[in-house]
Amino acid sequence: MELDLNIAGIGIWGPGLAGWAAASPVLRGEVGTATDAATRPAPALLPPAERRRAPESVLIAVQAATEACAMAGVDPATLPAVFASAQGDVAITDYLCAVLATAPHELSPTKFHNSVHNAAVGYWTIAARCHEPSTALTAAADSAGAGLLEAAVQALDRGSPVLLAVHDCAARGPLAGIVAQTASLAVALVLAPAAAGLHGPRLRIRPAPAPLAAPPLPATLDALCPANPAAAALPLLAALAGARPARLTLPAAPGCLLELVLDA
Amino acid sequence: MPVRIPPLAISAFTATSAAGQGRDALVAALRERRSGLVPNDISSRPLPCWIGRVAGIEAMGVPGPLVPLDCRNNRLAWLGLNQDGFLGAARAAVARHGPARVALVLGTSTASIAATEEAYRRYDAATGFPPGLLEPLLHSPHSLGVFVQAVLGTAGPCVTVATACSSSAKVFAQAERLIRHGLADAAVVGGVDTLCDSVLFGFNSLELVSPEPCRPFDVRRRGISIGEAAGFAILERADAAPQAPRLIGWGESSDAHHMSSPHPDGLGARRSMEDALARAGLALREVDYVNLHGTATPKNDEVEAAVIARLFPATTRASSTKGWTGHTLGAAGILEAVIALLALEQGFVPGTLNCDELDPHCGPQLARDNEPLAVRFALSNSFGFGGNNCTLAFAATAVH
Repeated sequence: MELDLNIAGIGIWGPGLAGWAAASPVLRGEVGTATDAATRPAPALLPPAERRRAPESVLIAVQAATEACAMAGVDPATLPAVFASAQGDVAITDYLCAVLATAPHELSPTKFHNSVHNAAVGYWTIAARCHEPSTALTAAADSAGAGLLEAAVQALDRGSPVLLAVHDCAARGPLAGIVAQTASLAVALVLAPAAAGLHGPRLRIRPAPAPLAAPPLPATLDALCPANPAAAALPLLAALAGARPARLTLPAAPGCLLELVLDA
Repeated sequence: MPVRIPPLAISAFTATSAAGQGRDALVAALRERRSGLVPNDISSRPLPCWIGRVAGIEAMGVPGPLVPLDCRNNRLAWLGLNQDGFLGAARAAVARHGPARVALVLGTSTASIAATEEAYRRYDAATGFPPGLLEPLLHSPHSLGVFVQAVLGTAGPCVTVATACSSSAKVFAQAERLIRHGLADAAVVGGVDTLCDSVLFGFNSLELVSPEPCRPFDVRRRGISIGEAAGFAILERADAAPQAPRLIGWGESSDAHHMSSPHPDGLGARRSMEDALARAGLALREVDYVNLHGTATPKNDEVEAAVIARLFPATTRASSTKGWTGHTLGAAGILEAVIALLALEQGFVPGTLNCDELDPHCGPQLARDNEPLAVRFALSNSFGFGGNNCTLAFAATAVH
């Protein structure tokens, strides 16, 4: 069993990783991350009002997804969307639980509907006018691998490209003492089966019997990796940034390991 | 349009809700038209409404090694797994196929947020969350998946679908793809959602909670009654269980309209039904029964009624069973899939409880009373926030 795809588009948004052009040299270890980089993007796809008031999880996921679709040269309206996130938007969860503990009748209806795990993909489909299937997944620390697996299976099932976005946000409030997420990061890929005729590096995914030692990431990214579950995708992005072949392993669940074979 | 898919066997299935724990209790409640809704007595502050509460969860525990994940949602999961011999059937499937070849795909909207709510109510600025609520996975939307994987010992893909009220319908689609594309030989699917402040005060803030028991498709309906439920099913290739009912199709779509309101023309609802029928190789006239999303909000029922009236012949029967169970949100997909499977098995269509005067948007398909019917093919609709839609298609074994 092997899932055979092309990576037709890449997007990223995180601290010092404001888009693929800025992130590529960081991922190659050529430059450090810019510490003053804006962390709140303003994705052009969203209407101006949403750009101002949307939760951070929506902004970073939509920003990365927009960039990946643009690189692939595909209309976002045509792509099924798989959004994977360990925790969703912790700031919204923090707001929700804090208000419920003190004044539950004062809960904001907008914050409530933004609290669903599929808020980011919901806003994405609305902004992109996308009627294709969309989903929001979580597999805790393994969300990146679980999302990649699901997006790859959907792409092969349909014989056409699928959008994957993996995103998580810094924790806020009392939850920050429990949920060890101190940075916000979103990564997006457009995965296409060969039949779709889109260009991009070939990625094969198959079950792996045991983990492979990952090539080290640049030291500038050391702080980000334990700070956000979406960073599990960074070794793949580093190989893509270096245009080098790679064999990596990525867990999709406890006991369920994926081998990723990337051609140059 | 999608192409036809090979049917999968549903070799075991179960549901636990306010309408009964296990299949026999659910069938009895449906046949006797006995609602499980009761006045709200669970929110941390008063909120006058009706709820579908599962009795006895407070007195329960979870298996010893899983105590760090003890919470209302996982207790309900454990209660649900222990009905109808499901736990034994699932462990036998894991032994038969091997742990790595069994996928676990579960849906939820609340997960264990009730535990996080409690931790905030009892939070102390000096000492943080109280003891017993310190496990990080207890505050994860994947807590259900972690809990059930530990109970069953699966080692295939294990993932939680969290697309609000379509979550535990979409698990059937995702699991079917994993099996057909060779990632698994069997899958345990299901969903669990529990009553908590987030959903009670949240839906109340959107003015979607009814002060009286919900009345789906009634012209005077006033909103939803929120419920809780757990349900599970085992999917295997058809030859593994020749006598079992079949999953024959699924359809998924996005409204691309609004975060908390359906597309006014039911565009996404229509598409998810048409895609499910295409994968099943079914014509509209062959559909005997549709278990509707039928939440009893003014908008959902108006839009869904109009789509059903436009799409299906008068011979198709359609109903909402939320008058029995309440809207169980992330568990609605699996609970109503089980009700559709029971309709196939038991030869009757449950009507629409609490619906006294039909909304004029309803067509002749809408069943208010229970009806005896040899159901061969059934659909189940589940629609969620974010305009997220899913329709499942099921068949009795003998006919497909």
